[in-house]
Amino acid sequence: MEQLSGADMVVRSLADEGVEYIYGYPGGALLHVYDAIFRQKAVTHILVRHEQAATHMADGYARATGKAGVALVTSGPGATNTITGIATAYMDSIPMVVLSGQVPSGFIGSDMFQEVDMVGISRPIVKHSFLVKRAEDIPGIIKKAFYLAQTGRPGPVVVDIPKDITDLSKKYDYQYPEKVRMRSYNPPLKGHNGQIRKAVELLAESKKPIIYAGGGVILGNASNQLNTLAKKLNVPVTNTLMGLGCYPGSDRQFVGMLGMHGSYCANQTMHNADLILAVGVRFDDRVTNNVAKFCPGAKIVHIDIDPASIAKNVPVDVPIVGPVDAVLDTMLRQVDENETAIEPAALERWWKQINEWRNSRGGLFPYDKGDGTILKPQQVIETLYEVTKGEDTFVTSDVGQHQMFAAQYFPFDKPNRWINSGGLGTMGFGLPSAMGVKLSFPDSHVACVTGEGSIQMNIQELSTCLQYDLNVKIINLNNQALGMVRQWQDMQYDSRYSHSYMESLPDFVKLAESYGHVGIRVTDPSKLREEMERAFSLKDRLVFMDIQVDTREHVYPMQIKDGHMADLWLSKTERT
Amino acid sequence: MRRIISVLVENEPGALSRIVGLFSQRNYNIETLNVAPTEDKTLSRLTLTTVGTPQSIEQITKQLNKLVDVVKLVDLTEGAHIEREMMLIKVRASGPMRAEVKRTADIFRGQIVDVTSSVYTIQLTGTAEKLDAFIEAIGQAQVLEVVRSGVTGIARGEKVLSL
Repeated sequence: MEQLSGADMVVRSLADEGVEYIYGYPGGALLHVYDAIFRQKAVTHILVRHEQAATHMADGYARATGKAGVALVTSGPGATNTITGIATAYMDSIPMVVLSGQVPSGFIGSDMFQEVDMVGISRPIVKHSFLVKRAEDIPGIIKKAFYLAQTGRPGPVVVDIPKDITDLSKKYDYQYPEKVRMRSYNPPLKGHNGQIRKAVELLAESKKPIIYAGGGVILGNASNQLNTLAKKLNVPVTNTLMGLGCYPGSDRQFVGMLGMHGSYCANQTMHNADLILAVGVRFDDRVTNNVAKFCPGAKIVHIDIDPASIAKNVPVDVPIVGPVDAVLDTMLRQVDENETAIEPAALERWWKQINEWRNSRGGLFPYDKGDGTILKPQQVIETLYEVTKGEDTFVTSDVGQHQMFAAQYFPFDKPNRWINSGGLGTMGFGLPSAMGVKLSFPDSHVACVTGEGSIQMNIQELSTCLQYDLNVKIINLNNQALGMVRQWQDMQYDSRYSHSYMESLPDFVKLAESYGHVGIRVTDPSKLREEMERAFSLKDRLVFMDIQVDTREHVYPMQIKDGHMADLWLSKTERT
Repeated sequence: MRRIISVLVENEPGALSRIVGLFSQRNYNIETLNVAPTEDKTLSRLTLTTVGTPQSIEQITKQLNKLVDVVKLVDLTEGAHIEREMMLIKVRASGPMRAEVKRTADIFRGQIVDVTSSVYTIQLTGTAEKLDAFIEAIGQAQVLEVVRSGVTGIARGEKVLSL
């Protein structure tokens, strides 16, 4: 049998797991492992400029490919710098494996230089974690880490590796396990047939149904099944922020994103529905508004792989625990066998009502285009869509108004193309996650929609982009303020702008140039389209577009606190 | 609603901290906690009591089940079960109280396991309620020290929590 040191086993295990890229940053506790990386070619290491970015890169890769991303960081500050990234992945159920160095086993607990209890510090935000005790255990633990991260409800897994375990002078038998079995971990492989039958019966009886689909459909690779079901039954579909793309955003049956900044049409359709087929969602507070007033006339069918997500916030009539693709397959089979259909006259009335909601607002997300002298952020996203249309395009975002504008105005027609931190709301996520995507999809457009606040939270990664030719396009909606904070201050604090104004902004064009990239500033609305086309035509350059947008714009609609789903502000002065 | 939840856990370092951490992280209460290895050395059995609404108890059991180290669990209070807790209690036993304490211990079927001229140490086993009743019967003023094991429990009849 092949003999390898602990450090070499770490790297070989990753290679044997099929890992192409690891994103990381070296340090004392990891020097053996970095030496092992140096001596092989199977796995490519990407050197970031801050460990948080390593986790977001791994996260972006995972969201775009469905496979676990891998971050490698040293002990102490290297490990703690990943915490925000791990929590981001945890909240959105993203598969990720974080390998952290640790002080030598014998020194754990002695407050040694660069020691931190990584397993302890990350415990509430991981699916599981391991502290490696013996070098022989490395292949088995790494296999388990990927298995846990990628199956069931996915999530981040931490593997903490003390330095002595990776000692280059001690060699052990190496064999990467083919299979893994854990008696205490058995994710469901299919849904309960009886429950699925009940759900199909409820669908057949319904007169005002809606499909409410979320990130679980993307994570569970169930977009095809969802589309087939929606088309077959001619049911309206809404997506959560995390679900955008799991149903084509430009399709007639799509009523827009729902929730806090969802469309009037989607929120009305949900609120008035008599049956909600909830697929891979978790009835998050950013969707439901006041749960006591949530969809009073609706029966709820909830499909999710995680039983703990079902009936957590809202009581459910038919719970179905299982992988969404398998459950929807069974559901489709039953629909076919029973020739299930919704009463045509009822469905026609329902669609007439839905289209009235859609048309009464003049579309899903109408906005005041102003007099054409000031760039509107919405217009920037619409232009981004026009310019990239017809090509495979990924959009990542940071957090705030620009994130909502991107979600509202860029119709995603394919899953895995919209990449944002929905659960944790992590500013600084956009650029590194775009880098993770670009590395694996060099021929696709990758746009990072961001703001002048968020982009500065991981701006140092512009340097990594130059080193590895990660030619993403940064669309900076620069309104010179923390827009979402200011929107709330406008609405709830009489416009007292406490610390939401960005003074002393850098010259982003010069900043981009100093990192070796192209910077473009846009202030004139009439130049937007042409400048954006130029940016995307520069295929082998990173382009930083600093776009000066209306500083007063708000995101609408916006749910009114403590109301029901469709209690909305429609503009600064108009409410339902 | 008070619940007794019995959990089979992988006997791994860190397993206990994951369970205890889950309770604080999700704002659930732990009233008592008791843990020890079972006849199978790879497994520990943990018994905890908690108080919550039916919804919160459902969430607690689902979230516990999600922990990778948790092999199986049962809410003992859902069926007929036996509940036991052990208490060691040190009480003042001088003057006329000496005989009174002994009598009360006998009534509760406690055993005196250590004696000095002024102190009895009594061992008592029963439900948490019985132990509370004993302390009340002795009178707080007499009590010098109380050590309780936390509740353990097992289902009645043939029902078994095992692999």
